[in-house]
Amino acid sequence: MAVVAGQEKHDLREPAGWRRTSNRIVTALMVLAFVLVIIPLGFVLVTVIAKGASVISWSFLTSDIPVQVVPANQGGVGPAVVGTLEITALATVLAVPLGILGAIYLNEYGGKNWLARLIGFFSDVMTGVPSIIMGLFIFAIWVLHFGFSGLAGAFALGCLMLPIVIRSTDEMLKLVPNALREASYAVGATKARVTMTVVLPAAIGGIVSGALLAVARAAGETAPLLFTILSGTTTVNKNVFSGANTSLPSQIFANASSPYPGAQARGWGAALTLIAICFILMIIARFVTARFTRYSR
Amino acid sequence: MRTVAQADPATPAGSARNLSERRPLGDRGFQVLALACGLLVLVILVLIAVSTSQQAASWFSTEGLKIFTNNWDPTTNDYGALAFIYGTAITGIIAVVLAVPVSIGIALLLTEVVPYRWSRPIVYVIDLLAVVPSVVWGLWGILVFAPWLQGIYTSIASGVKGIPVLDSLFGQPVSGASFFTCGIILAFMITPIVTSLSREVIATVPAIDREGAYALGATRLEMIRGAVWPHSQGGVVGAVLLGLGRAMGETIAAALVIGSSPEITSHLFATGYNMPSVIANQFGEAFGVQKAGLMGIGVLLFALTIIVNVIARGVVERSARRKRGA
Amino acid sequence: MEQPEQNTVTNVQLPEAQPTPRAPGSDTPGATVFDAEKVSCYYGSFRAVTDVSLSVYEREITAFIGPSGCGKTTVLRTLNRMNDLIPGARVEGDLRYRGASLYDKSVSPIAVRRRIGMVFQKPNPFPKSIYDNIAYGPRINGERNKGRLNEIVENSLRQAALWDEVKDRLHKSGLGLSGGQAQRLCIARTLAVEPDVVLMDEPCSALDPIATGAIEDLMRDIKSRYTIVIVTHNMQQATRVSDRTAFFSVLRNEESDTRTGVLVEYGRTEQIFQDPSDGRTKAYVTGRMG
Repeated sequence: MAVVAGQEKHDLREPAGWRRTSNRIVTALMVLAFVLVIIPLGFVLVTVIAKGASVISWSFLTSDIPVQVVPANQGGVGPAVVGTLEITALATVLAVPLGILGAIYLNEYGGKNWLARLIGFFSDVMTGVPSIIMGLFIFAIWVLHFGFSGLAGAFALGCLMLPIVIRSTDEMLKLVPNALREASYAVGATKARVTMTVVLPAAIGGIVSGALLAVARAAGETAPLLFTILSGTTTVNKNVFSGANTSLPSQIFANASSPYPGAQARGWGAALTLIAICFILMIIARFVTARFTRYSR
Repeated sequence: MRTVAQADPATPAGSARNLSERRPLGDRGFQVLALACGLLVLVILVLIAVSTSQQAASWFSTEGLKIFTNNWDPTTNDYGALAFIYGTAITGIIAVVLAVPVSIGIALLLTEVVPYRWSRPIVYVIDLLAVVPSVVWGLWGILVFAPWLQGIYTSIASGVKGIPVLDSLFGQPVSGASFFTCGIILAFMITPIVTSLSREVIATVPAIDREGAYALGATRLEMIRGAVWPHSQGGVVGAVLLGLGRAMGETIAAALVIGSSPEITSHLFATGYNMPSVIANQFGEAFGVQKAGLMGIGVLLFALTIIVNVIARGVVERSARRKRGA
Repeated sequence: MEQPEQNTVTNVQLPEAQPTPRAPGSDTPGATVFDAEKVSCYYGSFRAVTDVSLSVYEREITAFIGPSGCGKTTVLRTLNRMNDLIPGARVEGDLRYRGASLYDKSVSPIAVRRRIGMVFQKPNPFPKSIYDNIAYGPRINGERNKGRLNEIVENSLRQAALWDEVKDRLHKSGLGLSGGQAQRLCIARTLAVEPDVVLMDEPCSALDPIATGAIEDLMRDIKSRYTIVIVTHNMQQATRVSDRTAFFSVLRNEESDTRTGVLVEYGRTEQIFQDPSDGRTKAYVTGRMG
């Protein structure tokens, strides 16, 4: 055998040492890569749970944010919880329907024409725009005219969510087989009706799941809220449309920079609350995908 | 001969269209609405560019080209942003250098090594990593990770003292917050996106190409180099660029762990600053030219990330197209 | 495809050790390259092929024919341990390559595949230059010398009857070749590592008749140096090129609604097609021809 030196013609044992070794080293490196990722993730989760759990209580989740320096067992992040729920909900109501409609344009009407491809391309690009830019944007066109409010924050979060919802909805709509649409056209339905009554329900599992993940992303964002909600409030602001507001991420940000152990401890508690919210949303999204998605890749 | 009730005028074939009957108003309205929502993306992007540039106008006009100097000092009315641009570049590079091998490694692990049944838990872990909010990374980073890293930095710094290139990279740290810490945390944050995009790209390599390599007696590494890599290198480059864009724009985690002191230095363990962090930290209380300046830094950041993202998406698209054509 | 019903036997329990007719002693084959003794292939708990016993001889072309789903590709892939790549696949029984057990624990699939090469149904050149496609095999086996690589590339392309067509564009991409050329490239690539056996899984099914003819000529040319086993659904091709033919069929188990492949008859090609011993073989080969 001219090519392989040193091996008998019918020797079926392992190939030359360096080939086997390099293969094994690379496989080990791949596993190491995964381990390198688990370790910090584990650390963060363990730390947040350990330090946050001792602070969490019903009063923590409902009390007002302390104005003065107080120890960890006093005060809470109630306004921040309410704020997060209000503002994220409002952002969802704004972004999700618009995003779904936008995806409907891309998939059902636009198809391969230049406009649809342009919109699709820039939707992807927009998902990469830093979230702080959204905050600056809303500051420039809204806050300067109408002041700080939860609504402004919702606008900023909505801008963040919009391209994410468009992209994930578009993927789901693509998976619905054309045969379904054609069957509906064949009985004389208009395109709008076909879309709303046949296509959308067929894809609804994946759409909802994608929207939930967008909500989880928005709930965790701080930067868009920095200049839109003026997060100095310490009491609950039930009116999301006017007046300053606060949110869990904003509060965590403030507490992280604080030198006082009480504030830091409350920061951990807020972080645990926030992570719990994001995880629950993610788990619900997975559940929806598993149970309600009819057409998957 | 009876004429059948009118067929749907909006059918794709369109052949049954009765020219005298117009489309129902509701149907047309729906299409307009959908189009408007799609256009919203373009409109928002343009508005962002216009409104932020407008707000930043006074900075651009007052400073002119001095915006690229390293001199940001509100007390002397100087607003040169070079330190922040430098910081963004450095932390972005560190993040990519750390994250890319890990991400590609995990992507290959999932596509080539691990049987499908075991790939789901690994994917769950990556998704978990992605769900952790930026501010939580920052909180953990500044209160736990950075202090721990400071000890490590000190040991490294004393270890490389005297060695020519290394000791100007790894000098004594002032605190745990530094360019490098920021880079590490950014690396954690961009790993999920680079991994999942690389994985998508690598998974499109046809199975028969892999089998062709194995059938020649290749080890897994040789198969990857021969069959998988040539197919997916374009897409992976795109994924890396996307990660870079994400790292450069990440605000809150960076703001908490970078150290917030504008300086340009080769020492990676030094405290520094980057574009999104300075905006986050100073915008609230700024006014006048400083505020315009911060807005202007936002404009620069916007332009930078748009460019990187456009290139990245273009690269991914082109490699996908080339593969389909082949 | 056509007339599967004629070739399946329904409502039959999987037979116990059913002896399959071996080649009659009218010829003198060379050394035994493969010796299969009651080999069964499983995917998980599903038995895809049962109790295959046959021998493949040196420097002959052996054809596996049969209706779709009868396991002929599965059996082919066990010969170079390609089925190892499928999770849950396993082989039972005794399968020997030149006397050594192929599935012994000490055996490396990588070493096996270097000696037992495979050409696939759909041509699969790497996205590299023609030269690099051929050089890939030798390179991973340690060949670095430029001169020897050039020699190997030219040699392999000549054996694959492709040299004249591509000698001026060796550094162009292998993806730019026509179907027939690409398949010859894949054959050249396989020959470049100087295997002992070349397995071919329906190598012409994606090609037009002219390209098919070229591949069949190639097979006859290289037969003197390599042992070839080919899976084909084209019976004319089997009669044209092969020395021996193995006819596989499907056993359908009505209770579990599964189909299991089984070797029905194996012998010299003329005998299988002109005077088959088994009724099922006769039905299959005559059903297609005439």
